[in-house]
Amino acid sequence: MLRIDNVNTHYGPIQALHDVSVEVKQGEIVTLIGANGAGKTTLMMTICGDPQATSGTITFDGEQISGIPTNKIMQKGLAIVPEGRRVFGGMTVEENLSMGGYFRDKAEAAETIEHVLELFPRLRERYSQRAGTMSGGEQQMLAIGRAMMSKPRMILLDEPSLGLAPIIIQQIFDIIQKLRDEGVTIFLVEQNANQALRIADRGYVLEHGHVVLEGSGADLLVNEDVQKAYLGG
Amino acid sequence: MMRKRFYNAIFASGIGFILTCMMVGISLNTEGTTLKVEGASAAQWTWIGIGISLVFLSQLFAGQVDAFLGAVPKPQLSKLLPEEGKRAMLKPWLLAALLVVMLVWPFMVSRGSVDLATLTLIYIMLGLGLNIVVGLAGLLDLGFVAFYAVGAYTYALLSQYFGMSFWACLPLSAGLAALFGFLLGFPVLRLRGDYLAIVTLGFGEIIRILLNNWTSVTGGPSGISGIAKPSLFGLEFTRRAKEEGATTFHEFFGIDYSSSYKVIFLYLIAVILVCFVIYVINRLMRMPIGRAWEALREDEIACRSLGLNRTMIKLSAFTIGASTAGFAGAFFSARQGFISPESFIFIESAIILAIVVLGGMGSQVGVILAAIVMTILPELAREFSEYRMLLFGLLMVVMMRWRPEGLVPMKRPHLELKT
Repeated sequence: MLRIDNVNTHYGPIQALHDVSVEVKQGEIVTLIGANGAGKTTLMMTICGDPQATSGTITFDGEQISGIPTNKIMQKGLAIVPEGRRVFGGMTVEENLSMGGYFRDKAEAAETIEHVLELFPRLRERYSQRAGTMSGGEQQMLAIGRAMMSKPRMILLDEPSLGLAPIIIQQIFDIIQKLRDEGVTIFLVEQNANQALRIADRGYVLEHGHVVLEGSGADLLVNEDVQKAYLGG
Repeated sequence: MMRKRFYNAIFASGIGFILTCMMVGISLNTEGTTLKVEGASAAQWTWIGIGISLVFLSQLFAGQVDAFLGAVPKPQLSKLLPEEGKRAMLKPWLLAALLVVMLVWPFMVSRGSVDLATLTLIYIMLGLGLNIVVGLAGLLDLGFVAFYAVGAYTYALLSQYFGMSFWACLPLSAGLAALFGFLLGFPVLRLRGDYLAIVTLGFGEIIRILLNNWTSVTGGPSGISGIAKPSLFGLEFTRRAKEEGATTFHEFFGIDYSSSYKVIFLYLIAVILVCFVIYVINRLMRMPIGRAWEALREDEIACRSLGLNRTMIKLSAFTIGASTAGFAGAFFSARQGFISPESFIFIESAIILAIVVLGGMGSQVGVILAAIVMTILPELAREFSEYRMLLFGLLMVVMMRWRPEGLVPMKRPHLELKT
């Protein structure tokens, strides 16, 4: 579904990604793990077209999306939950969600809101509360809900467990699996390698902008190098 | 702690002393051809002394003063208003009553107050326009007066060279100002915050300097005079019809000529224009684009992640804000009958910005209230006109301490999205 082929990305003269190739198939959860500064977020941003890849191609659903502007990419059935949640703090939960469904007609958006609220009962309780006054976990739920509002076929999640308590992280990962069961393809970037690999069908390990390892989630979980580097084994 | 405060107090009163000595303590007088420097009189020195010791004491006991001010209860506006449900019911009636009062009121008061009200309405229009740019979209624009000038000169020039009527020029002025907003917006809107402010400031000055120097077309510093006043379906408000065969307002209705008809007529036009602007902006705020402006102010990256085109959103805010200013500009030149670049200096931008900040960013009611305060207060305090800017500054400081969110903080219109 998403195919990243030999992508190189530069920030000015600094090269952040070196010939990265990743593939995510329909209905999969694929995770990308790596240390700080490995280029995980850069890869996410490159998929979204900011920064644009300097070489290589990215295709989504058979259509090339590298080289077109961000706002066009984000309207093709792809949604991202950005790193650090980035909810609209001054707006209510309802308004945040309706921003997510900006390009859909009202009735359809209302349907999806209902669906999101079923998935996250906490958001229903906080429906007319300002997003900025909610806890980190609730904000993360809102960020995921907002991304779901455009009815994407694929969701990119950038470190959804960042700064959350273990019990909340568990809830978030449960939700991610639920989303997959609904037929949404998931590409998950995580530092929390242990949990990410547990739910992932396949995983990639990124180091200094290179993909150094790939395999099924279970294989990577027991891989010695991965254990040494990311799982504290 | 006490020592630190003591130093602070010495420092503050020292600065205060130097500044007052320069501004009040010394005065320059021309006597014949020579310039004479004169010191202040004994009474003035006493006042300066009192002022300085006040600064000293207030700094020394800053903690106690703050505690005292904190204890003073803040006015709770929300408690004065009836509750939500009742308010929704009363609202249409109140609006209707307000409109009736606004229409009847000019016939009962003096010409001067109607004129002042018209000026206030112009500032309300300008405030509402800038409110979109600064209050909703969060783009700091320090050159808003440029679009006002474009609107004013569009009408003045079209009327002078082509004899076009006010009503035909009104949409043209708004359109041209919008075009300028659009053209300026394109290169500028990738800038943020301070940089955007500087560029818009520069743009405001460029327009003013251009109007000042393009003497062959705009008349330069001497401006354009004799701009035609608006007419009511072809009826003029002059004593005698300008053209042969045209009828004037008083002849048509068979009443005596009075110059106050014209003033009242201009006021009524302003009321209609303001109502129109309020209506349009209100609709826009309820539309998705209004929500997008606010979302963009809150978080640009999140907006982009949702597939919104930030350039288009910013550009639309800028263009619509500019067209409102163009509207106000055209009306301003019609009311004034004379415009020159002097009317479009930076201080005008600053006043409009102050109206938006004072009123509460994004709040329409707040902006309207602030526009009224900002135009009427200087008129009431005529005898202090020399100290106008000083009072202006004082008002700003007090407001930022007392009510930083503005007179009437914004409440977003609620959009229901329930199944």
